[in-house]
Amino acid sequence: MFIKKYIQDIWGAVKSLLTGMRRTMYYFTHHKEIITEQYPDNRDTLQLPERFKGEVVMPHDENNEHRCTGCQACELACPNGTIKVIFKNEINAEGKKKKAIDKLVYHLELCTMCNLCIEACPSDAIKMAQTFEHSVFDRNELTKILNNPGSKIMEGVE
Amino acid sequence: MFEEVGTTPEGDMIINVGPQHPATHGVLHLVITLNGETIKKVEPHLGYIHRSIEKMCESLSYRQFIYVTSRMDYLSAHMNNHACAMCVEKGLQVEIPPRAQVIRVLMSELTRIASHELWWGAMAMDLGAFTPFFHAFRERESINDIMEETCGARLTMNYMVPGGVMHDLHPNFQQRVKAFMKLYKKKIHEYDEMVTGNIIFQNRMKNVGVLSANDAISYGCTGPTARGSGVSSDIRKLYPYEIYNTLEFDEVLETGGDSFARYMVRIREMQQSIRIIEQLIDNIPEGDFQTKTKAVLKLPKGEFYSRVETARGELGVYIVSEGGTTPYRIKFRSPGFSNLSVLNHISKGSKLGDLVAMMGTLDLVIPDIDR
Repeated sequence: MFIKKYIQDIWGAVKSLLTGMRRTMYYFTHHKEIITEQYPDNRDTLQLPERFKGEVVMPHDENNEHRCTGCQACELACPNGTIKVIFKNEINAEGKKKKAIDKLVYHLELCTMCNLCIEACPSDAIKMAQTFEHSVFDRNELTKILNNPGSKIMEGVE
Repeated sequence: MFEEVGTTPEGDMIINVGPQHPATHGVLHLVITLNGETIKKVEPHLGYIHRSIEKMCESLSYRQFIYVTSRMDYLSAHMNNHACAMCVEKGLQVEIPPRAQVIRVLMSELTRIASHELWWGAMAMDLGAFTPFFHAFRERESINDIMEETCGARLTMNYMVPGGVMHDLHPNFQQRVKAFMKLYKKKIHEYDEMVTGNIIFQNRMKNVGVLSANDAISYGCTGPTARGSGVSSDIRKLYPYEIYNTLEFDEVLETGGDSFARYMVRIREMQQSIRIIEQLIDNIPEGDFQTKTKAVLKLPKGEFYSRVETARGELGVYIVSEGGTTPYRIKFRSPGFSNLSVLNHISKGSKLGDLVAMMGTLDLVIPDIDR
């Protein structure tokens, strides 16, 4: 009886190992099921979903105009102090003084991509971009100014 | 406490595992007292990845503090956010719309599968099998793609906000989840073929690290660790939240208490999660995905507690509010800390080589333990 059980155990053990090896052999002979992404060779064809949170950007239209009113909602919503709004006084067409944004400073090195600033923005002035290759040699390059130089606020955005 | 190198006065050897060791999956430092190859004592040293998240949360508003909790148990980030959002909603006394509830449950169950799959691959790798890791990541990758499309991130989503969820579901969501479930059902038998039935694996897991039901209760174990010892501890069944009381699923219980029982609990739990997703994926109600809440949230004075079942066990969030915009005190009851504390108990008397197998089945995530 002992011998019989002993041999059964050995047979069971060998069988279990062969079952696993069969799976390995299956993938060895079925190359089509390989799912690895060939990054960075596939950079040209790589498509990230439109909601991907890469970095905060401010879209500008063809007249170099943005939608930011400088309400500071993003600055208040940010948990890390990533966004700073710097103001300047602008004189508009009627000769009145008007407050407008000078710079919207964005610290990419502090950003955790939590999307709270985008949610807080009432005028859809900022959005998330799909970039993800953020490594640079000098960390000063990570501090960005989101509005283009000489840009103005779009007509009709309050 | 002994010195961390050398020998004890009784002649036992002291060795260190970690903080940088591939089997600890993070920066866990174990000081092990050995008699020959037999373990006499295991002393975990914590604090290598302590970021003082609880203290940090005290200076953040109720909308802001949720993103930090994704960094605690990064494998079940959705459930962490879920617990925090639920606790804030309890204080605000807002009802969240049915669509948001279903989305939350769907996301939590997908995260649970992804987390268990990573655990399965990593644990097989701890025991010396390298291939399962890649197989586990194949299925996990398709879940991560679903998350990326709907939530915008693969790991630290910050998707559940007070009042509902941040975005509506992506139009492709249902189709992709169905594709994932088809793939998963086609491949699930490979898990048993490659690892569960393997004789080497079974011999290393069975009767190793036995934890009795009484010890599991007295150490405060929750989740699969407790359920492997036959202790019913599923928060989804005991204290149902969201729509869990309307769903059909079983609480997975094993009575062995050894490493193999804990392994089987997680394998079977993945199938229960699939069952939940199957019930919900075609029945997502229409409507809002978020209740309108005020721009600045203020909780009334008082104490609020909510708990969810993460992939590792019970996560409790306790908020003390003084009526302001930031919490006065936040305490997280993390499952990993209690589960780690049984390691000394279950490893006493066993061999050093088995310690890795025991640590694997406890499913430790170090940032969750340290916070």
